[in-house]
Amino acid sequence: MTDTMARSGTAAAARPEGSRPGAVLRRAEARPIIEVDDVVKTFGDFVAVDHVSLTIREGELFALLGGSGCGKTTLLRMLAGFERPTAGRILIGGQDMTDTAPYDRPVNMMFQSYALFPHMTVEANVAFGLRQDGLPKAEIRERVADMLDLVQLAPFAKRKPHHLSGGQRQRVALARSLAKQPKVLLLDEPLAALDKKLREKTQLELVTIQERVGTTFVIVTHDQEEAMTMADRVAIMDSGRIIQVDTPHALYEYPNTRYVAEFFGTVNLFEGVLIEDEPDHILIRSEALANPVFVGHGISAREGATVWVALRPEKLAVSRVPPETPHNWDRGIVEDIVYLGGISTFHVRLASGALARVTTQNQERMAEPEITWDDEVVLSWRPDNVVVVTS
Amino acid sequence: MTAGADTRADAEQAWAKPGGEDHHATRLQRLVKRFGRGTVIGVPYVWLLLFFLLPFLIVLKISFAEFRLGLPPYTPLLEWIEGSYLQIRLALGNYLFLLDDPLYALAYLNSLKVAAVATGIALLIGYPMAYAIARASPSWRSVFLLLVILPFWTSFLIRVYAWIGILKNNGLINNALMALGLIDEPLPLLNTEFSLYVGIVYSYLPFMVLPLYATLEKMDVSLMEAAADLGCRPFKVFLTVTLPLSMPGIVAGSMLVFIPAVGEFVIPDLLGGAGTLMIGKVLWSEFFNNRDWPVASAVAIAMLVFLVIPIVIFQHYQQKQAERAEES
Repeated sequence: MTDTMARSGTAAAARPEGSRPGAVLRRAEARPIIEVDDVVKTFGDFVAVDHVSLTIREGELFALLGGSGCGKTTLLRMLAGFERPTAGRILIGGQDMTDTAPYDRPVNMMFQSYALFPHMTVEANVAFGLRQDGLPKAEIRERVADMLDLVQLAPFAKRKPHHLSGGQRQRVALARSLAKQPKVLLLDEPLAALDKKLREKTQLELVTIQERVGTTFVIVTHDQEEAMTMADRVAIMDSGRIIQVDTPHALYEYPNTRYVAEFFGTVNLFEGVLIEDEPDHILIRSEALANPVFVGHGISAREGATVWVALRPEKLAVSRVPPETPHNWDRGIVEDIVYLGGISTFHVRLASGALARVTTQNQERMAEPEITWDDEVVLSWRPDNVVVVTS
Repeated sequence: MTAGADTRADAEQAWAKPGGEDHHATRLQRLVKRFGRGTVIGVPYVWLLLFFLLPFLIVLKISFAEFRLGLPPYTPLLEWIEGSYLQIRLALGNYLFLLDDPLYALAYLNSLKVAAVATGIALLIGYPMAYAIARASPSWRSVFLLLVILPFWTSFLIRVYAWIGILKNNGLINNALMALGLIDEPLPLLNTEFSLYVGIVYSYLPFMVLPLYATLEKMDVSLMEAAADLGCRPFKVFLTVTLPLSMPGIVAGSMLVFIPAVGEFVIPDLLGGAGTLMIGKVLWSEFFNNRDWPVASAVAIAMLVFLVIPIVIFQHYQQKQAERAEES
């Protein structure tokens, strides 16, 4: 675990083409706001969260990503205080809050169902948390107005939630949970109920708002693209465990397991055996590929070990003539072409029977498609574009 | 109200479907289409007409008649005088008599008071019960619900008699307390206001619990979590979120307890003793002891008006509110 954490730190700092390099650099040095220390949560026999440790830094937009039932929501609910860990500790802002009740925690949550109070107006919903703190009326009014401005809902202040659209409700929920200026905002699938167009727009809106208010956001999502678009760092969870924590870039380019490689983006995976292991390069023989795979760096596995070669579709090249090397290429037949406008995906059946996916960019408008169905093609890749995982 | 409209719209849609291919429809289908819907909607109307409206009109008619010895024991409303002209005799005296004798007004007021207090007690007991059932695990929930409904398998009358056995001077409670040496002589439990309330609350509690349960069970738990998350302590969560949102259940349950409790006869008669003045008992003695059907009918009609008017006003108000919510 600590291993991953350390690496993720350097990866975040070194991310060259990140969308928010300044923010990332700042956060790499920021102090931790949430520390999850070896937390376990069981429901009867079922282990929902299995020895999870995690550090989330101040001002970060952190995503918990995983399929349904992976424990991400349970972990979030433990941060909010709705579930008590079976074992382990949770520190928020340096204080042990493992057994602190939800109403005493400096965090707020935005619920997947939004959980807006149906009997209160938009205004009253947003003011609810502030009223609990007993703030003076004038201050509450001012803060509510600010919040409604932030989410652009000022004209709807007097409406009841059921007279709003799904997107508007989502923004009321956001305003309500931000009104108390929590140290951390927890968001449980905040965009799941919106349609695709609105979701994409709202993703960027959420990021903008997060940058403006500077609050730490912890987002639970099952949508890999959503996590990629929004998060500074992503924790990938599977059956109660955290598999990898890293920046989206590092998760995509340096997955540590097959699970991460497959879950985070599309990948061609080929099982193989390590046949040559030198400090500066390795060779892998795979039954699926006609030629051995050459990788320009060493790995921590012994000769004869089973490894997996992960090749991203966009890092493969399609051509008619084979390259002049004995490594890193194979022949196949084009079985299918998926045209998506900006890019095309070729499904290539290799001689071994394995299927490989290759994406190419359609850069020229007038270009005649050179490669078509049932053509014999050559797939090739550069040695530094190969990812090797050992588990 | 709206639910009715929806069902109707659904029914219309369902029938509209075969309508698209009308010329293909057989004669039978067309017949069913024409009369089927009317029949389905008609049955409850016929039922209400026969067993509610008709008896009501008969009672209304009797309330305008005068007492006489004979069969039936009241004067007819319409009478042919010498076979030539029709005489309508509307005797308003029965109603004036109700106003005259303070017994009736006192009985009405006392009935309203008893019903209101019993409803309040039933709400105080029923709400926590319904809440606990709604928050229990699904398997326990059905067990608890069964326990709430279980008493209905025994006759109402027998259950009320059972309370006599429990409360009387040498009944269960007094015997137990005396055996423990806590009291020297039996406590007067039976034939008091206490036993009256015990009987009414016990009998009508399920009618309070069930609608409350239905409302609370539907309620989104994340609303309460959201309130807690925003800094609200548990009791305040209950006051600001749970209670206002369970209002429909509170109103429905209270109506279901209050209305029958006002006209209750068996419980005040068996448990309340001779001193209990309730309109149901007055009604009974007018009918069966005094055999004055016209006055008894007038009492019944007056009670109905007393009960129906507030309900109508309430419903009207509720509908207005719903419409206003729809508009804004």
